[in-house]
Amino acid sequence: MTSAYFDLIRIRFLMMLAYRVNYYSGIIIYAINIGAYYFTWKAIYGNAQTLAGFTVDQMTTYVAVSWMARAFYFNNLDREIANDIRDGSVAVQMTRPYNYLLVKMMQGFGEGLFRLTLFMFPGMVVVSLIFPVELPTDPLRWVLFFVMIWFSFLINSQLNILTGLFAFFVENNEGLMRMKRVAVDLLSGVVIPVAFFPFWARTVLEWTPFPAITYLPSSVFTGRMAGAEAWQALLVQAVWFAVLIVPILVMWRASRRRLFVQGG
Amino acid sequence: MSASKWAYNLSLFREYLGNYIKTRLTYRADFWVEVLSDLLFSAMNLVFIFVVFGHTPSLAGWSEAEVVFVYGYFMIPFGVFGTFFNLWNFSERYIVKGEMDRVLTRPAHSLVQIMLENVDPASLIGSLVGLAIMGSAWATLGLPFDWYDPLALLAMVIGSVLIYAGLYTALAAISFYSDAPTGIVPLMFNIQNYGRYPIQIYNKGIRFLLTWVLPFAFVGVYPASFFLDRHGDLEMSLLTPAVGVVVFAFGLFVWNRGVKRYRGAGS
Repeated sequence: MTSAYFDLIRIRFLMMLAYRVNYYSGIIIYAINIGAYYFTWKAIYGNAQTLAGFTVDQMTTYVAVSWMARAFYFNNLDREIANDIRDGSVAVQMTRPYNYLLVKMMQGFGEGLFRLTLFMFPGMVVVSLIFPVELPTDPLRWVLFFVMIWFSFLINSQLNILTGLFAFFVENNEGLMRMKRVAVDLLSGVVIPVAFFPFWARTVLEWTPFPAITYLPSSVFTGRMAGAEAWQALLVQAVWFAVLIVPILVMWRASRRRLFVQGG
Repeated sequence: MSASKWAYNLSLFREYLGNYIKTRLTYRADFWVEVLSDLLFSAMNLVFIFVVFGHTPSLAGWSEAEVVFVYGYFMIPFGVFGTFFNLWNFSERYIVKGEMDRVLTRPAHSLVQIMLENVDPASLIGSLVGLAIMGSAWATLGLPFDWYDPLALLAMVIGSVLIYAGLYTALAAISFYSDAPTGIVPLMFNIQNYGRYPIQIYNKGIRFLLTWVLPFAFVGVYPASFFLDRHGDLEMSLLTPAVGVVVFAFGLFVWNRGVKRYRGAGS
């Protein structure tokens, strides 16, 4: 059974290889975004040495590594699940002897793995040549970072699955999916590090899973969180991963009971 | 186009709009969710501006109200463009699924038909919000209001819409030449990000790109600075309508050539 799941990862990886145009344009998109935010942040800093505890170099590193991490954890599982539900193919998949949600997770991981190896690694090399990025020297920090973006992938995929499963309950969850995407980009810290938000907003955000997706791993990578604080960040991620399993199971159970194939 | 052709297209527009409203009224909740999610995207960019200005008084010499003003201006043409050029799934729907063949058998111009089939008035609400944002920033900045300002705004907006329209028409037309250019639309969507902030923050290369190659700066900062006297870059802002006409003519040219080359997906 496990080997079937491994094959799913492999197949998705190969499928990503087949769509080469998307790969090249993806690289350019990430370069554009990193560039846009690099220049914007440089202008924001102006003559200031530090803002919200970030030095200019830390900020540059933060922007670069956050977008690179996003390349790994980002996937369209919400859209894929919603499409399966809308065209009714989810019914066929449910009869198969595997767990539908795990299958989706594996496919998302295959996609993430593709981008990690062919996108994130070369991308990071290029970015650190163009922009003044400070890479950590401590090997432990690298290890911790990769464990943490693994959790980023899990938590982001969980949110995607939740959003996708909403298609069982409403006939069109397009708007919801778009809102989720904006919310993740804004609140997870890709666009603005959480530390920049006003105090009340930070307090609210600490009670949401969003910062666990980007802000925590990127903060550890840039060295803004170290020692006990870094381990605590990892713990926060693990807790969110565990907590989010509950609503997924509840929704999955409820949705199987009210499966309603439109058209079909 | 002759006058009768305009009248003909206008009557088509009425018919399509009627159909749009009918289909939309069946899914009323969707309409508002779509409006809300469109606005949320702008809200994200505005939140970015507000949070950033919580830490700095100016961005390359631009104050918070000025940057908000530029963003408000940007929302106006962007909403109009979104209403008429909802071509995001053009390649998928018209080339891959072959609906282009149906379009080409009809007398109206293919681009007009496709624009009308996908018309999306929900986006116009974004324009209204943009106008309100621009208005409030106008008041905050205490800018003078001249009699020609509404006319200038109209000309600028038309120019900006034409730039977007031309670029995206050319982009959609790439589907006629090559198969599955799915990655290109998101690419453009990301480049336009640059045009919303004062162009002064970028280096020379990017500035040149945004002004003369992919002129997204004419959709935000240049035309808006016409009204911001302090940043008056008069020549660049007055160029907006002209750049719009040139870019749209280019888009139309690429489209028409593409239609001639089109041989169908073949299945």
